[in-house]
Amino acid sequence: MEEKTFEPKITAFVCNWCTYTGADLAGTSRLKYKPNIKMIRVPCTGRIDPVFIIKAFEKGADGVLISGCHPGDCHYNTGNYHARRRWVLFTELLNYIGIDSSRLFFSWVSASEGKKFVDVVTEVTETVRKKGPFIQYHKINKEFVLDE
Amino acid sequence: MHEKTFRKACADSGLNPFLCEIANLREHCSWVHEDIVEGTKKAIDLVRIAVERVKRNVPLSPIQVPVTKKALVIGGGISGIQASLDIANAGFDVVLVEKQPSIGGHMSQLSETFPTLDCSQCILTPRMVEVYQHPRIKLLTYSEVENVEGFIGNFKVTIRKKARSIDESKCTGCGLCVQKCPIKKKAYNEFEEGLAFRPAVYVPFPQAVPNIPVIDRTVCTYYQTGKCQMCVKVCGREAIKFDQEDTLITEDIGAIVVATGYKLYTIDKKPDAQEIKGYGEYGYGKYKDVVDGLQFERIASASGPTSGEILRPSDNSVPKKIVFIQCVGSRDESKGFSYCSKICCMYTAKHAMLYKHKVHDGEAYVFYMDIRAGGKGYDEFVRRAIEEDNVKYIRGRVSRIYEENGKYIVKGEDTIAGMPVVIDADMVVLATAITAQPDAVKLAQTVGMSYDKYGFYNEVHPKLRPVEVSTAGVFLAGACQAPKDIPESVAMASAAASKSLVLFGSDLLEREPTVAKVNESICAGCFYCQKVCAYNAIERKEIKDRQGNVVKVIASVNSGLCQGCGTCNAVCPSKSVELVGFNDEQIYAQINALG
Repeated sequence: MEEKTFEPKITAFVCNWCTYTGADLAGTSRLKYKPNIKMIRVPCTGRIDPVFIIKAFEKGADGVLISGCHPGDCHYNTGNYHARRRWVLFTELLNYIGIDSSRLFFSWVSASEGKKFVDVVTEVTETVRKKGPFIQYHKINKEFVLDE
Repeated sequence: MHEKTFRKACADSGLNPFLCEIANLREHCSWVHEDIVEGTKKAIDLVRIAVERVKRNVPLSPIQVPVTKKALVIGGGISGIQASLDIANAGFDVVLVEKQPSIGGHMSQLSETFPTLDCSQCILTPRMVEVYQHPRIKLLTYSEVENVEGFIGNFKVTIRKKARSIDESKCTGCGLCVQKCPIKKKAYNEFEEGLAFRPAVYVPFPQAVPNIPVIDRTVCTYYQTGKCQMCVKVCGREAIKFDQEDTLITEDIGAIVVATGYKLYTIDKKPDAQEIKGYGEYGYGKYKDVVDGLQFERIASASGPTSGEILRPSDNSVPKKIVFIQCVGSRDESKGFSYCSKICCMYTAKHAMLYKHKVHDGEAYVFYMDIRAGGKGYDEFVRRAIEEDNVKYIRGRVSRIYEENGKYIVKGEDTIAGMPVVIDADMVVLATAITAQPDAVKLAQTVGMSYDKYGFYNEVHPKLRPVEVSTAGVFLAGACQAPKDIPESVAMASAAASKSLVLFGSDLLEREPTVAKVNESICAGCFYCQKVCAYNAIERKEIKDRQGNVVKVIASVNSGLCQGCGTCNAVCPSKSVELVGFNDEQIYAQINALG
């Protein structure tokens, strides 16, 4: 019963120039998606500190989505390349510390891809819904606090 | 989407516009969600995170930077010439940099131009001379842009002026050295596309601007053996300077127009030829009478190696049967490039027409995929070639060309008749694809432009901002952006010039104040930020004590260069560099507001 009523909380970090604008386009095109996702706008995916992601999980997110301009299209030339490299290392690190890295999603959505934005958001929401609530992090967090 | 509108509304009501924050409830919530209850909950959350952010916003005012009212034009083809003249005629200084010894570009090589068949050099050379004589244009030929620093309105450009081995201030352009140079049959003649040779000291073509020779050090006897010096003996002005060296010139520039043009897809053994990707079966480079479009331009040109007579390069006989093949390398992803080179349909029709006008009893065949003649008077021009000049158009591809008894056997297919075609031609002209310049990527990295997988430069928006690149203050003109013909190149050059003039219209530029800032007390000077900055905006700053000793070196942001991406903020270990308007405190507050 609980499975059915579970609504995942998804925090998204999106870049101002591509994905945020793509989400605007989804809106002006009146496309529909589930309201589970809440977006925090940053100028560029390069601005996203990996700690933001951990913080989002800590604050109860069941999934985190990072989305920016396609490689080569970055408004700031190379920001998304830096971001991409960072994520490769960061996912390794997440696995190492025992956080389920499959709850972290990356995508490239351009300003003209309103439809793709909806597809990505829907897919992320449904994947996380299947995975269920992310209690694991809170468990780790608690253990950590007890050790202190 | 409407941030500007609301910021302006704030400013009008007396509030600092940077204190305005938008919770985008319309596009991101009410228009996209059907569940009213859940949607409303989300709207509340969105408002909450916006409130957390706006609480931590600080009033900002736009950064003002001065504008240097001087333009740099890179490339002296027709696009660069047009852009330079437009800017200079508006009353601003222009530095025109051309890699070759003369301006003129590919247009100076052309015989006649479509769709009017007027002589290319006749319409171009007056423009070239106008550039040379213009008091506001500083012409730097045989020069290349080496480095670009700075930002819109305030670029610092370093130009390498390559050694001509000729003192330009003394040379009168009499041409005696060129005539007397003993090397006649060695050097590849770039202007004639390899159909002729040139001496070691040469002027690329008779109407070259400036009319000052260059010594090609790779073939000159003096540079090989230390002997000869024939040119020194004949020069009455003592203008030959064997020991001349490259010089570096720095210029303060406000706007940059990039007009570096194109190169033809070469599949042969010419110098600087690209790696052979395909079409070896056409025998281009192997058979002398299989030529490319630019070579045929030279053959048809009155100033060319045959003085305008259509003659075969191999034996100087008049070809009675000539085959033109379109789309060699274009529209063919497996062997060449997926894009359409755009001008080949038109110039092939022109070539066939010029051939028929000069060889009345000759037969001309064109193998084509489609005829793309979009443009004013263009389709009529192709119809004229077919109907009045009786050029035979065959829809289909050629599979193979081989030599047999002095003829070139062209085997192809006619897809309309549905049968194979064999033509015993005397000469074959391949309309090879237009490609980006081989050093296009290097220049893109120097200037800060993005480029597509073929090396053509990317405009910011394909429809609404077609001449701007992502680096502000840099504009595109001509075929360096994509294949295009002369009228389009000229129109684009004037557009790039007018964009530069818009910039020069104001004395101060306003820039977004949302840039990075360094907290000097905690910066440890690791310079990770410098490594990731795409704009070279991080500078080293020395902190000194009262005695003037350097205590530490820390990072400092040049707010003129910083574009506000925040990548430095993310990598800073001590979080001493922060992006104003998107600092860590604000983003953590937003994340917390979602919890």
